[in-house]
Amino acid sequence: MGKKLLIHNDKVPNIHTLAVYRANGGYASVEKALKTMQPDQVTDEVKKSGLRGRGGAGFPTGMKWSFLAKPESVPRYLVCNADESEPGTFKDRYLMEKIPHALIEGMITSSYALGAKTSYIYIRGEYFYVARIVEAAIAEAYAAGWLGKNILGTDFSHDCYVQVGGGAYICGEETALLESLEGKRGNPRIKPPFPAVAGLWGCPTVVNNVETIAAVVPIVNMGGEEYAKIGVGKSTGTKLISASGHINKPGVYEIELGITVEDFIYSDEYCGGIRNGKKLKAVVAGGSSVPILPAALALTTAKGEPRLMTYESLSDGGFATGTMLGSGGFIAMDEDTSIVKNLFTFSRFYHHESCGQCSPCREGTGWMEKILQKFLNGTANESDVDLLWDIQSKIEGKTICPLGEAAAWPVAAAIRHFKHEFIEIAQKKKFVDISHYDRLNKLVKA
Amino acid sequence: MSSQVHGAQKFDQAKRAETVFSEDAMKTVQTIISHYPPEKIKSALLPVLHVAQAEFGGWLSPETMDYVASILKIRPVEVFEVASFYTMYNLKPMGKCVLEVCQTSSCWLNGAEDIVKYIEKKLNIKVGETTKDGMFSLKVAECLGSCGTAPMLQCGASYHENLTYEKVDAILETYKTEGKLRSYTDLDYKNTL
Repeated sequence: MGKKLLIHNDKVPNIHTLAVYRANGGYASVEKALKTMQPDQVTDEVKKSGLRGRGGAGFPTGMKWSFLAKPESVPRYLVCNADESEPGTFKDRYLMEKIPHALIEGMITSSYALGAKTSYIYIRGEYFYVARIVEAAIAEAYAAGWLGKNILGTDFSHDCYVQVGGGAYICGEETALLESLEGKRGNPRIKPPFPAVAGLWGCPTVVNNVETIAAVVPIVNMGGEEYAKIGVGKSTGTKLISASGHINKPGVYEIELGITVEDFIYSDEYCGGIRNGKKLKAVVAGGSSVPILPAALALTTAKGEPRLMTYESLSDGGFATGTMLGSGGFIAMDEDTSIVKNLFTFSRFYHHESCGQCSPCREGTGWMEKILQKFLNGTANESDVDLLWDIQSKIEGKTICPLGEAAAWPVAAAIRHFKHEFIEIAQKKKFVDISHYDRLNKLVKA
Repeated sequence: MSSQVHGAQKFDQAKRAETVFSEDAMKTVQTIISHYPPEKIKSALLPVLHVAQAEFGGWLSPETMDYVASILKIRPVEVFEVASFYTMYNLKPMGKCVLEVCQTSSCWLNGAEDIVKYIEKKLNIKVGETTKDGMFSLKVAECLGSCGTAPMLQCGASYHENLTYEKVDAILETYKTEGKLRSYTDLDYKNTL
């Protein structure tokens, strides 16, 4: 069993309540930080820990914190990005639903380090019931004095609020999230200025993912150096992986960064192998936007080394033969899966979710969906594969925010590794959804 | 928002005059507003729109949007530009229960298309339509963060996961018997059906 730091208590009855959470060691990081550490010392521990943003980009959290501008008499804000919308990702929902106080504790400790008197947790609107759970936990924390004025009798006062979104993937992009938090459309801002300088209402702001903030708790408790001993190289600590697709045991798993992909897919501790004894065909390792890999490259790098669940190993070989850890949205597909059809669901998604600010993304995502639709209804030609490639190459790097890349990468990777499937459909003029009948069977039996 | 909004919805001065939050809803709205600095209460727009949608029949009419604008002291167009951007706000009347079936990758891999077809057949409507009795509307949604428990559908605040045809039958039956409007803001969400 690997070490667990975030969801080790998830099966404890009533762990969502303050009393049980506290009885299991909860809020120790707030006590330690507020009573024995200066704010900068907390930031130093986070730096030493090597913690990297768990939302997808993997940017070092301590460094992000140290960029926060601290002008006199201007409020600073911590905003938690709980707009989890990357297809394949549901870990933040699990964490907030099961152990809401882990997030709130992280919010308080992190806000202390940043000098933020107010913080917001921006939860995607569809997770309304999760927002209720978090709000109830916040109310408990206020009643017990963990939030509000002079926490633990110190000078530190803090208010934490939940805001629900309205249903828009783009609001997971930090500047779009801030726009949305200000009551506007979720159109990403041009950077610079970065939120660390001009964020919420123009004030210095740090935006961190739910899991990132929750990870600050064990880091403060055990110390950054101890935390950094877990994992491999620059991939330190543990990571929540959302596992879904054709696996025997879908769900949220906390792994020590550094286990092999093979172990993650096939061991009983995690996914438990591919359903119905089928063979693995392809893996999307880090949420829909990261490049899809055929089974062989998912399990072994081009150099022939076993592929590890780390930022570095997953991206080994660049996009030619590698992918990214991303948000940890791990989707495994069996041998009967149509890569073209799966890609169509991704492209439809990005077309739907493009905010429409930048032409390459607004138009390009729609074109890609339409061309993929041609493959499904049997009107595609071989030249359409080249057209798809051409369009995706003209989106990447030409938009304000990374949604452009997120839409382009899966198309590029599917063509790079599975071009023969596109050609085959174009030549035969027939799309066969081979996995259809298996699924039908499952829906009736289960 | 004087004449027309988004196609067919006309602004009705008489209806606007009747559009007032209940005492409970107003309390909720005031609490939401208190979360922001006084000069930044526009920030309350998204959560307040959820309250308004639940309060005024499951959709945001031009009158409702105008009313929300007056509470937050912003222009009606600022409300409309937000309401028309986000997928959870309905700009036309919907059925009491809006069934939103997730159709993105993991749900598709696990049979979301079959679930949609099954519901279409059972309710005798297509995606985007509402049943004649006004009970159900059927929509497809993009990833709702339920990939490990696919396929799934959302109705109001409730997530219904690991769907089978049998489960869909039970969900529709329950909601039909209850016969009430299901909103995202519901406290009695059912995630166990």
